[in-house]
Amino acid sequence: MNSSKPPDSVIPKLELAGVHKTYGRRTANENRVLNGIDLIVENHQVVCLIGPSGCGKSTILRCIDLLDTIDGGQIRLDGVDVTRPGTDADAVRRRIGIVFQAFNLFPHLSVLDNVTLGARRAHGVERSVAEQRAHDLLERFGLGAKAGDYPNKLSGGQNQRAAVVRALMADPEVLLLDEVTSALDPELVAEVLSVIRELAGQGMTMVLATHEMGFARDVATKVCFLHQGRVLEEAPPAELFSDPRHERTKQFLQRVTEAGRL
Amino acid sequence: MMQDDPMPAMAPVPPAARQRSGRLAQEGAKASAIAVLSTVLFFGGGAWLVASSPNWPKVRAQFFSASDFRASFPDVLDGFWLSIQLFAYCTVLTAVLALVVAVMRSFRGPAFFPIRLLAIVFTDVFRGIPLILLVLLLGFGLPALRIEGLPNSAKFWGVIALTLSYSAYTAEIYRSGIDAVPESQRSSARALGLTQWQALRFAILPQAVRNVVPALMNTVVSLQKDVALISILGVREAVKEAQIYTASTFNYTSYMVATLMFLALSVPLTRLVDWYTARDRRQRSQAQL
Repeated sequence: MNSSKPPDSVIPKLELAGVHKTYGRRTANENRVLNGIDLIVENHQVVCLIGPSGCGKSTILRCIDLLDTIDGGQIRLDGVDVTRPGTDADAVRRRIGIVFQAFNLFPHLSVLDNVTLGARRAHGVERSVAEQRAHDLLERFGLGAKAGDYPNKLSGGQNQRAAVVRALMADPEVLLLDEVTSALDPELVAEVLSVIRELAGQGMTMVLATHEMGFARDVATKVCFLHQGRVLEEAPPAELFSDPRHERTKQFLQRVTEAGRL
Repeated sequence: MMQDDPMPAMAPVPPAARQRSGRLAQEGAKASAIAVLSTVLFFGGGAWLVASSPNWPKVRAQFFSASDFRASFPDVLDGFWLSIQLFAYCTVLTAVLALVVAVMRSFRGPAFFPIRLLAIVFTDVFRGIPLILLVLLLGFGLPALRIEGLPNSAKFWGVIALTLSYSAYTAEIYRSGIDAVPESQRSSARALGLTQWQALRFAILPQAVRNVVPALMNTVVSLQKDVALISILGVREAVKEAQIYTASTFNYTSYMVATLMFLALSVPLTRLVDWYTARDRRQRSQAQL
């Protein structure tokens, strides 16, 4: 985009180096979730984080969006450490989009207002401009007729697509997706996955925490298996799913296969 | 199968059904008649018992004298009009101040500690002082200082005293509403790049206030009555006017006049709260379906 920036190959879009995160530090239920995460996400890559529940997938995404503060290590966006004290966290969040497992739309706002809130208030985009863009995006994701509805009138799949539109409004440089299909009824999963597939096809840089192994195999550039707060193994999907190197990865994939999810 | 053989839409009502609906109407009329009769008997009997007691004439003369009612009514009504004005000021000021205190208390991060501390001290102090003491302290105490530029109107200080006390309670109501909004809502607002204040203003507070409207309305009903406390500062609102009448006539009918006026305002307000609460509950239970 900007010619003064170094080429993509030199500095990755997003880089986590030795990231540590412990919840409830110095309390009885101290929980070390991230134990030195190293992760590199290049421009236009789709990186899938897989692993058992509680392995820290969601925490990584929350930390990247600075919704949780890390205890150690660095998170670099375009080579700049965004976890350094004094960083304008709001400015960083404006460059990153995130979609949550439970949609988290604002129940008191219509779909249109949900989608335009960030653009209008955080980015200072004029209402008419924001609404025009929102209508275009909603139309594109099959929600054109739902703009005026409140979230409780929408199905789970429609809610989640609206949440994706909300995250896309700011034209994010990186899109984080936190198990976006886990809260959906099985028959609604496909409509959300097809939206993500479309975004991947357009070159959106994405980090996904997911339990949808089949989907990860389809869209991922790279799959990372997390174990005990570390990236135990990472490889292109074809390699990781067919020929996992670590015993723990094999076990996990074995169980997933038994459950019919791969 | 019942569906295979539907009854013709315009079929004449069979005699059995006609009889049944006739019986239903009859039973309904009978129930109404019983309700009316028992009400008349109950209250009529009660009234007769009271009126036939040997002390009733004394009570009637002291509390329900028609001539005293007419004589005191205009002044008490004037006073009541002032009561309503004071009530309106208190309501608006309390709604705003309480919200400010609640917002101050829900700001996060170490940098905002003094702001949170200020809000906590405010609620602790003004919730801890008896309201009447606060009214006396501000209403008599501050004007007695004779400080240049400080208002010395009893009305002003009465309103301030009520506002401070009620804001402390109301701030806690708002705060409970803010706390009831799921943490994920805050996350998703911040994730959009909204500042802490914007997240509160556009995402959290609208939901929080909606959560607590019934509780807020109850507070308003209570505030409407406590405005009478300003009378101890000599402000001639309804209660004071009634007191003035009583002081010169030794007849308490004027108090009854004030009582009726307060009831005329607070009963409809209470009904409004009930109605709104019921409607809100209905809408929420529908939204969950």
